[in-house]
This record gives sequence, C-alpha cells and structure tokens, in this order.
Amino acid sequence: MKTTSRNVDGIEILSLQGKITIGSGDVQLRDLIAQCMSDGKNNILLDMSGVSTIDSSGIGELVGSFTTVTNRGGRLKLLHLPGKVTDLLQVTQLITVFEVHDDEAKAVASFK
Amino acid sequence: MNPESEHIEITITSRFENIELVQVIAEHICECAGLDDDGSHWVGMAVREGVANAIKHGNRLDTRKRVFTTFDVKESRLAIHIRDEGEGFDPAQVADPLSPINIMKTSGRGIFYMKTFMDEVDFSFPDGRGTELVMRKNLATRDGAAEQD
Repeated sequence: MKTTSRNVDGIEILSLQGKITIGSGDVQLRDLIAQCMSDGKNNILLDMSGVSTIDSSGIGELVGSFTTVTNRGGRLKLLHLPGKVTDLLQVTQLITVFEVHDDEAKAVASFK
Repeated sequence: MNPESEHIEITITSRFENIELVQVIAEHICECAGLDDDGSHWVGMAVREGVANAIKHGNRLDTRKRVFTTFDVKESRLAIHIRDEGEGFDPAQVADPLSPINIMKTSGRGIFYMKTFMDEVDFSFPDGRGTELVMRKNLATRDGAAEQD
C-alpha cells in the first residue's frame, strides 16, 4: 500500500492506494495512524478511492484505527469509499460505525 | 479450461504473499465457468479468507507447512477444498462479528465473509491432517454478488 498525506484546515487527509490485506497494508495502516497520533494529528480523513483490495484484516485495521483515534479524542472519517469496500462494511454492519463522505470539502467541513 | 468439468490443484507455502496467487486462480476459474465479474470477485475473496486462515491460524505462519487448495467444477457447481497442516481449530469458538459486543473487534470476520459469499462452508478435521475447509458455490445462478444481500 502506498500513502500520501496532506493537511487541509487542520484535517490530516491520508490517501491510501493499493491493497490493505493481511501481511501487507494492514500493518502499514496501523503504523500510519500511530504516527499521526504521535504527531498530534487527531482528526483524520482516510481517502479510500485508491484502495484496490481489502480483506477482513484490512477491515479489522480500519476498525482498530477508528478506535485508536476515538480513544485519543480525535475523529476518523472515510472519503470516497469504493463499492466493494462499502459492501464489506455493510454486511458486517460496520457502515453504521464510520462516517462516510463523497465530497472532500464537505468532509473537511464536517470536522468543524 | 473446461467450464463444465475441471479439477485444479495448487499447493503453496505458508506465506501471506502467496494468498493472492490462489485468489487469482479462483477468480479465473469462476470467470471461465460463467460467473460474472462481481460473483467471481466474491468467490476470490472467500478463497483469500480461507487461505489466510489456513496460513495464520492453521499453520501458524510456519513456512515449512503448506496449504493445499483444490478446485472442482462439475455440473455447474464449484467445490473448493483448502487444507492446512496445523493442529486444527474449533470454528464454533469464533465469535459472531455482528454481535454488539464484537462489532468493534479488529478480527474475527473472515469466516463470516466466507459464509456470506459462498453457498456452503464446512470445516472438517481429518486425523493428523490439520483443518480442511470446504466451500461450495452454485455457478448456475450466475449472480454471486446478489446473494450477499
């Protein structure tokens, strides 16, 4: 998995590209979120548009990331969720846990 | 590949990077047998989860141990057998990921996804031969994605 990050109005936008699967992007995502917490970047928007594959481990890491950020008093939201990732979140009822946005500007504004 | 009747075997060592190889083969078999792209994708996803379980929970990441996968297409049905060389485990002990107390857990969704995307999922424990997962899919429906709803 490749990631790029940028900050918009105090919101850390992390763009994830590639696979979030067991033994690959799952650990990277965990480390990425840990680094954000370490840097005091507690409001995070994960841009998922570049995610090509995700499995149960990747879904688990999304849940773990949400918990980590929330426990630190921050918020983690999802942007541009691919259809198949949406399907996986829906069947496990996790879609109700995450706040999902399709528009970046509106997503950033929702943190205010 | 003969879409009406085919038997394919693949053996991998217990490395996560080998999972995708089995997944790609699964998706290709489904496409050749007439499943649409979505249906093939979800079967591939179920296979990914099964192989990942075999590597992680069955063989416990021991790269000396192998994962054996067979695909059998016959009379519009696909049967997938995934066997590891581990100690076996009790699938009944896997918690319901939809339960409110489990929904925020970071693991425990793999078998649920397999059961969601396949028609039948069964585990058996041949003596001294690890865990064997059997998954079946009716290819005649030609609509794998719709069955998850």
